[in-house]
Amino acid sequence: MNIHIKNGRLIDPKNNIDAQHDVFIVAGKIASVGKVLAGFSADKVIDASGLIVAPGLIDLAARLREPGYEYMATLESEMEAAVAGGITSLACPPDTDPPLDEPGLVEMLKHRARNLNQARVYPVAALTTGLKGQELTEMAELADAGCVAFSQADAPLTDTRVLMRAMQYAATFGFSVWLRPQDSFLAKNGVAHDGEVATRCGLPAIPVCAETIALSTMLTLARETGVKLHICRVSSAAGVEMIRAAKKQGLAVTSDVSMNHVHLSEMDIGFFDPNCHLVPPLRSLRDRTALRAGLLDGTIDAICSNHAPVDEDAKQLPFAEAEAGATGLELLLPLVLKWAQQDKISLSAALAKATLQPACILGLDAGHLSVGAAADVCVFDPDTYWKVEPGALKSQGKNTPFNGLEVQGKVRYTLVDGQLVYQN
Amino acid sequence: MNNPQLNKHGELQHLLTTEGLPAGIVRNILDKAATFLDVAEGHEIKKVPLLHGKSVFNVFFENSTRTRTTFEIAAKRLSADVVNLNIGSSSTSKGETLLDTVDNLCAMHADMFVVRHAQSGAAHFIARHVAPEIHVINAGDGRHAHPTQALLDMFTIRHYKKEFHNLRVAIVGDVLHSRVARSQIHALTTLGVPEVRVIAPKTLLPTMVENLGVRVYHDMAQGLRDVDVVLMLRLQHERMQGAALPSAQEYFKYYGLTQEKLAYAKPDAIVMHPGPMNRGVEIDSSVADGAHSVILSQVTFGIAVRMAVMSILAGTTA
Repeated sequence: MNIHIKNGRLIDPKNNIDAQHDVFIVAGKIASVGKVLAGFSADKVIDASGLIVAPGLIDLAARLREPGYEYMATLESEMEAAVAGGITSLACPPDTDPPLDEPGLVEMLKHRARNLNQARVYPVAALTTGLKGQELTEMAELADAGCVAFSQADAPLTDTRVLMRAMQYAATFGFSVWLRPQDSFLAKNGVAHDGEVATRCGLPAIPVCAETIALSTMLTLARETGVKLHICRVSSAAGVEMIRAAKKQGLAVTSDVSMNHVHLSEMDIGFFDPNCHLVPPLRSLRDRTALRAGLLDGTIDAICSNHAPVDEDAKQLPFAEAEAGATGLELLLPLVLKWAQQDKISLSAALAKATLQPACILGLDAGHLSVGAAADVCVFDPDTYWKVEPGALKSQGKNTPFNGLEVQGKVRYTLVDGQLVYQN
Repeated sequence: MNNPQLNKHGELQHLLTTEGLPAGIVRNILDKAATFLDVAEGHEIKKVPLLHGKSVFNVFFENSTRTRTTFEIAAKRLSADVVNLNIGSSSTSKGETLLDTVDNLCAMHADMFVVRHAQSGAAHFIARHVAPEIHVINAGDGRHAHPTQALLDMFTIRHYKKEFHNLRVAIVGDVLHSRVARSQIHALTTLGVPEVRVIAPKTLLPTMVENLGVRVYHDMAQGLRDVDVVLMLRLQHERMQGAALPSAQEYFKYYGLTQEKLAYAKPDAIVMHPGPMNRGVEIDSSVADGAHSVILSQVTFGIAVRMAVMSILAGTTA
């Protein structure tokens, strides 16, 4: 199908474009930008007047809950939510039940996702069998099955020898290892940042050193093994500083932050709002400022939704007992835009954190609209405000700290591989 | 953010915490409690009909004989019908959620819930979900708050010291895990106590505790110097397992309240304890039973204070 997206403001961070350009799509690929193709006749014309045409968003952490947690969410519901949020590719962590630790599971997930014909799904496989932190998974087989990286999700890996071996083995094949830094002893039973709010509310706390100690171990072993390390969900000022220093020393490390942590802090817990029970915990305002500074200077490469749909009943409990996590796929774009607006960052630089940069971390030739690239496109209205209402979200997860908030930026069209998969 | 324990007229709708409780409401509770003290001490009448026809449900998800009993006595002296439910962990093991439990109790036409739960924030959670005509009293939630204990402590302090604005108060012990300490700190600062101290080893103090408006001491001799009131906290035995303390013996040696250490305080200092006491762990028997101790008065006053809270709540309409 030939598609002509006309009159839109094209923002393509990779090609440094932010201008009025028409986009022509032929056979699922970007055929031309700006220049009318000779002999092109459009099967469909998308009028993008007043809208922004950008590469589809790429989310580094979206839990689809399959297999095993279908009562929380299903591939159907979450894939629909993804494209409604302008997300055309997503990486899903291995914390399913069973965890994504063998090729059959990965193939099944990929197959299910492909049949839905919506966003592209890139499974991140378990680094250790059952995420138990003891034995290595068959990484090469898993990569053959379509895994893009290896991770422990939020499960601890306390045995540093296993961690080192896992990194060495992954480095042998050039695989990336994605880890969220948290020392499991210091974080034991903790549900909130060890600071003013946890002290006031009497909530079991997780100190910042739980992050920095784990980070120090990971960075040391990455140096030792030469593995490509990606740090997931950095949450503290001290953590940002360690990654900054490591990058300065030339270590091949990348990092991401959850959109929740870009916007919220421990203060948002208020009177025990279970929607603010998140992993990692929301930290202090000072930490939030440092996370934003880290995004700005490139210490933090990407923003992800850290989408974690949970069922309603699991949130209807006192703070510590409530299941951690929040829905996020449909909020990633508005929250990136909100950050850009608040910190006065160009739309192009902001969108790069959710398009081009995550594509680089995934090792994909995606997140841009160069001629010849797959036509994964998000067309959105930057000026429309909408109120986050749980019932209106497509995700089966309805809980988010942003419930009831006005956000800016509404997705109008999402294209994957040149197919219109969402319009509104 | 709205204060969830006040209604739109600024009246007490629930009693969940002493934090953010207006000083006027605190004083009102203490004044009201004073009027009930005669009732409690057996002068003339033992019962008043203020809660006649009302149902008070003591819903205890965590065991407590003492607190539950004092609430029960308080409600009965106000002529309420009292239902005691020791839910413990049994109902959750039967698969019923906390909300289901609460909904069921609401359907039994409760007017007031007295709730104790092991999780911080549980009372707020329940208060958010009950119908607007139902009042919730927090009888202790996790490490967060135990407001009636703090209020009865304030009543006791006022009874013996008359004023708050000239006092130096020390809270001694496991502040980290203590809902009583948190509620005491907020109540004391709300009532204008100029100097509130906490005394404990670093393992028993929460991060940034000084932001609650207290001065931090690690040494009893310094911390108790010239204080008017000593508030002792109970030390849970499981602290020894969590590597917070090496032994009860060592704790008693350095932080247990003995006559010797009490001598650093003012000569007329009073000693309080929320109970149940661990004699020989946080407090020496000679102090607990000594001339400075007002620990049994606390228990007596506790009934009057809980009567005051219940009667004020019963007078608040949504």
